[in-house]
Order: sequence, then C-alpha cells, then structure tokens
Amino acid sequence: MWEAIESNRRRSRWIVAGMGALLVALGGLIGNAIAPRTGILIGLGGALFVWILLWTVAVFQGDSIMLSIAGAQKIEKADAPQLFNVVEEMVIASSLGKMPDIYVIPDDRPNAFAAGRKPETRVVCVTSGLLRLMSRDELQGVIAHEIGHHKNGDPALMILMGVMLGAIVLLADVFLRSNILFGGRRRSRDDKDDSGGLQILLVVLAFALAILAPILAQVMYFACSRRREYLADASAARFTRYPEGLASALEKIAVEAQGNRQANRVLAPMYIVNPMEALAAVGLFSTHPPTENRVHILRSMGGGVGYVDYDAAFRKITGKAGCIGARTLNEDTPATRREGGPEGPVAAGPETREEKVTRSREVGNLLGRMGGLTMMQCPCGVGIKIPPGAPWATIPCPRCGRENRVPGK
Amino acid sequence: MGPALLVVIALVVGLIFLGILVVVGMYNGLVRARNETKNSWAQIDVQLKRRHDLIPNLVETVKGYAAHESKTLESVIAARSQAVSAPTTDARIAAEGQLSQALSRLMVVTEQYPDLKANQNFLSLQEELTSTENKISFARQAYNDAATSYNTRIETFPSNLIAGNFGFKPEPLFQVTDEKERQAPQVKF
Repeated sequence: MWEAIESNRRRSRWIVAGMGALLVALGGLIGNAIAPRTGILIGLGGALFVWILLWTVAVFQGDSIMLSIAGAQKIEKADAPQLFNVVEEMVIASSLGKMPDIYVIPDDRPNAFAAGRKPETRVVCVTSGLLRLMSRDELQGVIAHEIGHHKNGDPALMILMGVMLGAIVLLADVFLRSNILFGGRRRSRDDKDDSGGLQILLVVLAFALAILAPILAQVMYFACSRRREYLADASAARFTRYPEGLASALEKIAVEAQGNRQANRVLAPMYIVNPMEALAAVGLFSTHPPTENRVHILRSMGGGVGYVDYDAAFRKITGKAGCIGARTLNEDTPATRREGGPEGPVAAGPETREEKVTRSREVGNLLGRMGGLTMMQCPCGVGIKIPPGAPWATIPCPRCGRENRVPGK
Repeated sequence: MGPALLVVIALVVGLIFLGILVVVGMYNGLVRARNETKNSWAQIDVQLKRRHDLIPNLVETVKGYAAHESKTLESVIAARSQAVSAPTTDARIAAEGQLSQALSRLMVVTEQYPDLKANQNFLSLQEELTSTENKISFARQAYNDAATSYNTRIETFPSNLIAGNFGFKPEPLFQVTDEKERQAPQVKF
C-alpha cells in the first residue's frame, strides 16, 4: 500500500550491497593470502559456500530454532482472545493479508518480536509479561509495531543481513585462528616463493580486513536494525492512528525489560526493545535506538499520524536527516488521529483496577494452560485448575460443592 | 548497412522494449492497487456480518440479567434485522449506523448490572463486540488508505495515461456523515 517496503528496501539495499562487497573482498584476500593468485577463486568459493550454508540453515530452521530458544508456545484464539483480536485488528488496519501465527513466551518481563521470512511463516511473539502489563491501547501499539515489521519486510531483511554478518565473522575468525596456530610454518614457506611486494601488501591487507570486516559488518547490521525500528514505529502510528499507545507501552517496557535473561544476544535485534541494554546508552553497536528518543518522537508528531508527521518529528528530535524513504513520504496521505477523527476507533483510555485484575487472571490462566494444566469452569462461575496427570474423574467445586466431571477422564 | 545504423536500430528496439516494460509495470501496479482496495472493502463487509452474528447471543445473555431493559434490547434486534435486510448500499450504511448506536446504548445500560458484568460469557461477548467495532473502523481506515493511494495513482502522471486508456476508475472514499455515528465507538465497555 504505502510502498514502504519498496523505498526502504532501496535504502537498505546499499547496506546489503556493502556487506556483500565486504564478504567478497574478505574471501578473495584470504584465498590470496593462503595461496597467491590461484587461491583467490578458492577463497571466493569458500566465502560463497559459507554464505549458502548459513543461508540454508537460516531459511529452513531459523524461525523454529529461534522460537524454541525463547521457549515460545503457539496459542489459539481461545487461549488469549484479546491478544488474538488485537492482532487481527492490526492485520486489517495494515492490509497485511494473511494472519501471522501467535506465540507466547512465559516470561514476566514485557517484550515482543516478529519473525518469519515468508507470509506463510510469519510469527508475532509476545511475552506473558507484556500481556499482564499492557492496557488494550498499549498492546495494540506494540502489536502494530510488530505487524509494521512484517509489512515492511524486516524479518527477511534482517535474516539476510544476519547471515552475511555471520559468514564474515566466521571467515575472519577461522583465518585469524589458523594463522595464530600455524603461522610460523606458513611464513617460512611464503619466504621461498615470495612473488614480490604486492603479495606482501595483499597478505597484510587480508589480515587487516579479517580484523576490521567483522566490526564494520556489525556496525552496518546495527545501523540497519535501528532504522527499521524507527520505521516500524512510524507504521504503528499510522496503523493505530494513536501514537500515544505505543509511546506509553515503550516506556513501560523500558522500565521492566532490564535484565531479560531469557533473551540472548543473537535474538536481541528481533525484540521491540533491546532486552540486553534497555536503558543503556546507544552507540554504534546497539540494535535498537534509545527508547527515550522513540517515545519522544511518537509524542512530538503534532497531532498527525502519517509517515510525514513521523519523519518531521524524527528530524526535530534526533537532528538527523529523515528516516523514511522519499517515495513513502510522497505517497503518504493525510490521516487524522483517533480522537475526533472521522475513521478508526477511539482509544479505550486508561483502564480501571477491575480490568487490570481480570487481565492478570487471564494471563495466569494462559500460563497454566501452557504449562499443561486443564482449565475448567463450574456452572457457578468458579474456575478450576487441574494439574496434568491428576487421577480424579470428578472434582468438587470449592464454592458450591457441585461435583464436576474432569474433561478427558 | 553500416555499423552506425545497426547501433541506432538496436537502441530504438531497446527503448521500445524498455517502454513496454514500464507500461506493463505500471499497469500491474494499478491492478494491484485496485485489488487491495477491493479486498479492504470486502473486509468491512466481513466484519459487519460478524457483528450481526454476535448480536443474538449478546441479546440472550443480557436478557437473562436485565429483562426489563426490553426496549433497548428490542431496538438492537430491530436495527440488526434492518441492517441484514437492507436493499441498497445506502440503506445498509444507514442501518449499520443505527445498529452501532443501538449497541452502544445497550452497553451503557449494562453498566448498571454488576452480575451481568461478572458473567464470563458476557465478558467474552463484550471483548468480541469491542474488537468487532474496532475491526470495522480499521477496515474502513484501511479501505480509505488503499483507495486514496489508488486514486492518487490514477490522477498523477505518468500512471494516469495508462489508467485512462485501460478504464481504471477512482473509488469513492468512506466518509462518516453522521456526527452521532462518528461518536458511537467512543463508548467504553
């Protein structure tokens, strides 16, 4: 719709091309350092081989590996109706098409991520802590951000970049290690068929690149990742017509997300807020922009909700050139915020204590079901939890004393 | 025939080929945009039907706890049957607006019945209804976004040349004319 995919892919294409060039240069130089001239082709072949290998693993196994590392479980509508509904709402608002699978990670710290390279394998994953802490508007903001990632094609791009980064790090590492181990022998042989100053220069270059390339590639990877976060925020504002929802969610997450031990470094770029360094300063090696900035931008959109408004706020807050492609900005149409706007639902507003209690009970039930508990309800309205493998065929209700049949017995 | 002539012919053929590619690309882009508009429109319909399906269940549940609110309940039922049987699109839009208002009145009334608000079945119906109202709004929003983007393409150079020749017509935007309807989803359940 907004061609956000196209114009941003064009911007990211330069970074991808840069990383590709780095990989090729590294492969060629390493090959040349091992065996002058003839080795260049071997080196290039090696680089290609490593890249294809990692790519294959990422494509066939990536998402399932990631979800199993994070301990996520797929849920259905009956498990968490509100979460399911909010995802459906955002799929409609974004015209994403196919509904992604929804996973929940039993973790008390609030966070969320989007994964899946193709429309059929799209996943939106949230932690139980997110469900417990967020109001409906905030949850909607977070989900809109994740759906924004999908709409902008980010998971596929980040897999591509991640694989390139991995290949560069691997090649450089193997080269440097093997030279530390077998360095002495190689050097003595090189002395015999020394083909002049150029070869020495190239070998030195190979070493320099082997040290520098992984660092450079990481900087590129992280820069791309940060840009994508801003873009997904802009999409979320556009889809929900309510930037405040995401802004207040981000604040809550930043406070609570510190020390999310279940997430590891590899998965960090996928999350809505970087779990490793939620409040730490942001440098070249951060996957996420500072949350403070993101919140500030979302709140400075001056009543607008379009990509144009986000871009203007971005320039004002960060002092940098815009973060959104020119084509997307050109195609942006004016849209009004939800309050008083002619379209889009009105924000539900701050929630009551009652609603908070209901929600935390729902999350408790969801976690119970995920942990294998059987949930049943007595006709008098009391919920009963039955542990897996319990021997009883019926169970008395603690309130009204009625004997209830245990399902599946 | 000199080599210069060959180069000129190759250039001309290449340019024609390129031109055809550009036209095909634009045409496909327009078709895609039009399909997206149609899909978004269909989505509004899906959600309105979903709301119709929820209402009988909702009315039954509320009846059990708030039987003497029969007037409000009847107005919901009447609005629903009118919306279901509306003969024209305009009549349908008007009837759906009435239904939105009737539903929000019902939801205000239910606030006075704590037992009803504790009923699990009612709570889940309430979430479904809230979400369906949201989905209707978001579907309208998505339709307007898609239609605006499609209309802009039809009107702007150079895709307007192709749109004119292949009969791409602009799609109307969804505008809420009734001030009351605009306010309707504001009711907080």
